[in-house]
Amino acid sequence: MQDFTNSALTEAVYYILLSLKNPLHGYGIMQHVEKISKGRVRLAAGTLYGAINSLLEKNWVKALNNSEDSRKKDYQITDLGLNALHKEIERLQELVENGLNLLQENNDEKDNL
Amino acid sequence: MKKTIYKLYWAWQFDKEEKWLNECSAKGLHLCDVGLLRYTFEEGLPGAYSHKLELLNNWPSHPESVAYIRFLEDTGVEMVGSYARWVYFRKKSDLGKFDLFSDLDSRINHLNRILVLFVPLMFLELLIGIINVIFPRTLNQSIGSLNLLIGLLLAYGTYEILKKRNQLKKERMIYE
Repeated sequence: MQDFTNSALTEAVYYILLSLKNPLHGYGIMQHVEKISKGRVRLAAGTLYGAINSLLEKNWVKALNNSEDSRKKDYQITDLGLNALHKEIERLQELVENGLNLLQENNDEKDNL
Repeated sequence: MKKTIYKLYWAWQFDKEEKWLNECSAKGLHLCDVGLLRYTFEEGLPGAYSHKLELLNNWPSHPESVAYIRFLEDTGVEMVGSYARWVYFRKKSDLGKFDLFSDLDSRINHLNRILVLFVPLMFLELLIGIINVIFPRTLNQSIGSLNLLIGLLLAYGTYEILKKRNQLKKERMIYE
């Protein structure tokens, strides 16, 4: 199988993983993501469900056994998921640094003209 | 008071169907049941709901669909009814904007699901139709023309869905 370890995570996956440091249910993830992105990212339930299932398959998150009376299933990030998150943050840092450096260079050139 | 409307549903226009249901809801007519060509509405407060349609992977009673629908329900979404694998969802308008999909990939996936439903059926209908029209003695020719007509409708539907998908795929080259 192709190696995806250097590939980008989707924004949905990235923010879902970020939301699952502590156990949280689906609706909680949607609310958390909307809050930390200051309303910019609004995960829709169908997209979220698909992403969670893929993450469960990859063992990046796990479903917690809730007590039977609670309907809502809680999810939590695994060590594998944390690892992927760290790699993604490094990758994002590279993107931001390169972007800022390049824009800075452009500005310097303009100033020198 | 309940009101029943009979109309055709062209599955490739599912977004128009959503719009129509939202317009009904804006007038205070809220969908409460669907069946073959049949829409039952309940009168209520105008504009209370927004609607979405989804073609599920399985029939609504399948455990995987049940788990999915339950997940949606936990986010404030209600299932109003279903017709075959098509499910009609709604969400109270005051709970915010209602979308089932928030990225291009999941929208493209949904269109692919519709294509998987349409394309084999289209070929089957066209094949049966052509055979019956060419060899009218083997079966009834009018049945053959009917197959042909259904096949052509499905071909049109496939074209419409492909058009939608190409648009999204073009965006997907740049955006997520």
